[in-house]
Amino acid sequence: MAASEVIPDIATALRAVLPAECVLERAEERRPYECDGLTAFRELPAVVVLPRSDEEVRETLRTCHRLRVPLVARGSGTGLSGGATPHPAGVLLSCARMSRVLEVDPVSRIARLEPGVPNLKVSEAAAGFGLYYAPDPSSQVACSIGGNVAENSGGVHCLKYGLTIHNVLGLRGYTVDGTRIELGGLAPDGPGLDMLALTIGSEGLLLIVTEVTVKLIPRPPCAQLVMASFADVQSAGNAVAAIIATGIIPAALEMMDRKASAAVEPFVHAGYDLEAAAILLVEADGTPEEVREQVEEIEAVLRAAGAGALRVSGSEAERLLLWSGRKNAFPAAGRLSPDYYCMDGTIPRKHVGQVLEAIGQMEERYGLRCMNVFHAGDGNLHPVILFDANEPGCWQRADRFGAEILELCVALGGTITGEHGVGLEKLNSMCVQFSPGERAAFFAVKEAFDPAGLLNPGKLIPTLARCAEYGRMHVHGGALPHPDLPRF
Amino acid sequence: MMADESVLEGWRERIADAARAGVPLRLRGAGTKDFYGEGLAGEVLDLRAWRGIVDYEPSELVITVRCGTSLSEVEAALAARGQLLAFEPPALGADPSLGGVVAAGLSGPRRMFAGAARDFVLGTRLLTAQGELLRFGGQVMKNVAGFDVSRLLCGSLGILGVITEVSLKVLPRPRLEETLCLELSAAEAVAAFNRWAGLPLPLSGAAWSQGRAWVRLSGAPAAVRAAREQIGGDPAAAAVAAGFWSALRHCQLPLFAAEGIWRLSLPPATPPLALPGEPLIDWGGALRWYANPPDGVAVRAVAERAGGTAQCWRGAPTGTRFHPLPSALATLHRRLKERFDPRGVFNPGRLIHGL
Repeated sequence: MAASEVIPDIATALRAVLPAECVLERAEERRPYECDGLTAFRELPAVVVLPRSDEEVRETLRTCHRLRVPLVARGSGTGLSGGATPHPAGVLLSCARMSRVLEVDPVSRIARLEPGVPNLKVSEAAAGFGLYYAPDPSSQVACSIGGNVAENSGGVHCLKYGLTIHNVLGLRGYTVDGTRIELGGLAPDGPGLDMLALTIGSEGLLLIVTEVTVKLIPRPPCAQLVMASFADVQSAGNAVAAIIATGIIPAALEMMDRKASAAVEPFVHAGYDLEAAAILLVEADGTPEEVREQVEEIEAVLRAAGAGALRVSGSEAERLLLWSGRKNAFPAAGRLSPDYYCMDGTIPRKHVGQVLEAIGQMEERYGLRCMNVFHAGDGNLHPVILFDANEPGCWQRADRFGAEILELCVALGGTITGEHGVGLEKLNSMCVQFSPGERAAFFAVKEAFDPAGLLNPGKLIPTLARCAEYGRMHVHGGALPHPDLPRF
Repeated sequence: MMADESVLEGWRERIADAARAGVPLRLRGAGTKDFYGEGLAGEVLDLRAWRGIVDYEPSELVITVRCGTSLSEVEAALAARGQLLAFEPPALGADPSLGGVVAAGLSGPRRMFAGAARDFVLGTRLLTAQGELLRFGGQVMKNVAGFDVSRLLCGSLGILGVITEVSLKVLPRPRLEETLCLELSAAEAVAAFNRWAGLPLPLSGAAWSQGRAWVRLSGAPAAVRAAREQIGGDPAAAAVAAGFWSALRHCQLPLFAAEGIWRLSLPPATPPLALPGEPLIDWGGALRWYANPPDGVAVRAVAERAGGTAQCWRGAPTGTRFHPLPSALATLHRRLKERFDPRGVFNPGRLIHGL
């Protein structure tokens, strides 16, 4: 079906059930929705719908289902894997106008939210009760809770406080045909299969969510950050293992390599040690006594593991300053280079030295620079490849570079995505991580929820044909058959 | 002792035979949960032969075990390195297998504070109806590649296939653990549990039984000491405390001697329910056990009105054992089952009647 045939039908049908201002048809109105945070992938959606209520979402779904039109849901569009890239013949459903905090219940320690509520707003709404919402992706000022559910988003405090899946209690929404569905809730561990767990991180392929109930937890009264410098990456990696071995689970445990600290330092003036091959940021939180005990112990472990300079935050302002560099790693990359490409593999922690060394060799091979920030506590690596999209062939090289890093992650027992999702971006890498039988199982899940394949089609699971094609390219030594052709 | 690969080969044959003959398989580990679920059907496929710890690296906080490995073996290995399974799976009989622990997905007293069984599942291997061995998730904490089938399998009671291997996140043992006892009514206890849960206290258990609230604190010594001051009550002797939490976890308190037992899952702040008899309360108010309620239908209605569900744990159920599913959800279950196990080989009717 050509896009031109679909547009008038679907737009007319949607206008019949939705207020006119909810349906955007003009190209200039649709343009802002053509991509998410992965800007290399762009598609103009046939229609954009901006529902304001549960019922308007339902009507949108029923209309799309009746006319067999694909539908892609979008939160704030900060995703990094193309999960919200529109379908050219489909509807883009933006949750931007569904951004009310419906309830904060300090006794049950929960918040009920519409999907468009920005992540940080949840903690702000709960702050008066001494509570907060734990997952804190770097984009938390903007990213929406609905998007977090779709991607099972993480952040820098996952080791101790978990990912979205550990902090969402319930979802309400609709299946593809507009049937109301409710998963989880305040009562834990309900009957039947854990559809809540299956839905979180399903990238908009299974359901459309209209309400999210999250767990709120008490804000620790005190937090302190220890920064340590290491002369080599392997020692920093060993220090991470040594901290875990003491029985401490730090609130956060982050690593940056020299290239990353050099990139952010001029930007934030945090006082990072630019001589160090790697720096570790280790945060302790809890009661003041507990934090004091933990910080002393962490310092001792870091010293024994060969740390050079050690710095402990003496104030909340200093703690936030030391964090600011880590949190600004991506914008800093944007200052260093016209374009950057952020990867998201996870590895067993013990392999960090080996992986960073291999990435160093790949930099030479691909002729591109790569800086590394690492959620060291949970093994989630974010290599940031710097490139210039205007230089012919450069994006293709960056893309291959990234794919090779992910293949290494898989070979070492890790995964191609720790928190950014597969979307469109990592479809090829899915062929490396999963066997045909495993991918068939994913399609089976998809069909059980969405037999017509209308919700975010073409994302998350690569087809057999696509993997066969990718396999053939692989045989040719990693070099693309037609490096000059735009592939997306 | 590690098993050899021929074990899985044998299972593949049994699965193929079962599909051909139309005689389903009843997946079974140590059999400690034979009572659990809607009913048993089919020929037993004993899963204990596929056993052993495949990989355990304490500094990675992950253990990978085959399904037939006993819980006691896993807990001993973890204890030797100062770690534990933080969801405290119950042993409802001699010594369950880890495959059974994950397939049932049950969690103990730490559930509301540390997380549920499924929160600790990082990866699984699944032997499917087609005889394929599939791997979902992995051995790393953060992993969003593909649908989270591993966590879907946790609590699936084997209806989607044989869980042959699991990787679980483990945690360090708390440095210090203390239990406080307070004489409170059920209403006072539920209110207090929810108040304390909103404060930065190192809670790891909050239960109430026969007029007494039991509050467990686990963590850094400084934090435990500070919390003790805040909560008050009387510290329980270490052996008494250990005995109580173990009996609560493994369903061995006196209430569990009853013939009929109902297990209610509720929003934690739910005030005491209008049901006859005194419950045993766990999970800070979210889990309530009732012995021999006269009317199961009423139990289910009361739980539902409170926003929860009720399960007939032991004894004769009224209708189904598990709380019935809304129809939209039941449809999704049916469609998933049809796709994973089209011939109905695995544990038919165990999780849901007729499925």
